[in-house]
Amino acid sequence: MTRGQTPSQTVGPFFAYGLTPEQYGYAFRSLAGADLRDPAVTGREIVIEGQVLDGAGAPIPDAMIEIWQADPEGRYAAPRDRGNRGFTGFGRCGTGSAEEGRFYFKTYKPGAVDDRQAPHISLVVFMRGLLSHVYTRLYFADETEANARDPLLTSLEPARRETLIAEPSGPSAYRFDIHMQGERETVFFDV
Amino acid sequence: MRFRRRDWHSHPPLIYADYKSTALRGPTRPLVPLPQSLSETNGPVFGAEALGPEDADLTKNGRKDGEPLGERIIVTGRVLDEDERPQRDLLIEIWQANAAGRYVHKADQHDAPLDPNFFGGGRCVTDAQGRYRFTTIKPGAYPWGNHDNAWRPPHIHLSLFGPSLATRLVTQMYFPGDPLLALDPIFQATPEGARGRLVSAFDLDTTEAGFALGYRFDIVLRGRLETPMDSSR
Repeated sequence: MTRGQTPSQTVGPFFAYGLTPEQYGYAFRSLAGADLRDPAVTGREIVIEGQVLDGAGAPIPDAMIEIWQADPEGRYAAPRDRGNRGFTGFGRCGTGSAEEGRFYFKTYKPGAVDDRQAPHISLVVFMRGLLSHVYTRLYFADETEANARDPLLTSLEPARRETLIAEPSGPSAYRFDIHMQGERETVFFDV
Repeated sequence: MRFRRRDWHSHPPLIYADYKSTALRGPTRPLVPLPQSLSETNGPVFGAEALGPEDADLTKNGRKDGEPLGERIIVTGRVLDEDERPQRDLLIEIWQANAAGRYVHKADQHDAPLDPNFFGGGRCVTDAQGRYRFTTIKPGAYPWGNHDNAWRPPHIHLSLFGPSLATRLVTQMYFPGDPLLALDPIFQATPEGARGRLVSAFDLDTTEAGFALGYRFDIVLRGRLETPMDSSR
């Protein structure tokens, strides 16, 4: 090891025209957005919606959420996985374009990526006032059996585990709020 | 392949009192160690085909009826990992204020002029040696509400993925010799020994005669975690 890691710095309040330009109405092409659906994919379409809340319980309107997930068959669109058919599995949504700091993703429910882990979506969270991004994961409340076997979920205390479970909020919708602090502070990971 | 963890002697803490908005936004509980699986060792890939022809030239990609105002600069460097392996074919996205210290973002209320010919967003993909290069305008300083008479030093925001979700990095590049650095809580939140890695270096070799000053800025991402199985490589 010869070089030290470049330090992280906050994404700041003005990331939108660079990272999520189309969502915020800027004339610059987005490399990724909140709608991950692709005509080549067959699987269950879902919507994930939520808010990012600060330590006072107030919605944060200048955060950016990134999601990274496998396709419905559990395959990542990445050179080191088995490869899928065109589904990028990557999405971005800022919390500044909808009411009350809401974010949403239109995607597919991911399949299990291996024999041990329950179906999940990785999230990376950025915002003004956060000097280093944080990682978390979303699991699905209706995957009771797989969740009960998941080594990561079962390693957490029940109250903390709950912060990673997205609850159904409609026929094909799940609600996932991210609490930065407080009694229900989301579990964030050191990856 | 797994990746080394974030070195918290290099990265700023999640709560830093002098940067006031961290108080209600930084997580308070210890981060939970997550064993890296495919979900972390893979990550999104963007190639040069995803980019537009002028994405790396911010003096051109926002033009309406003329050239942007301000001092033209070239910002270039290499993306490496901790073992100095070049990080090739990887996306870098940048965004910044204009020469007057004003962002295009609709929420920026600073009373300084927008430049109709400058947008401030750009991106490129590293070459086989991990090199990247942007042509842009030197950003201005701007005031912010953190404390009385607070000013952010001129900076360029950078976003990188690296080869995996684990290597994701969002950072800011500053300019050498800036007196505002000593007063900026975002820069100062960085551990002292690592702060210098956020400051670019003026470079006469990168400077183009009669056109633009050059600044070098290398970016170091988390390296591979060697396991007994692959230590022979």
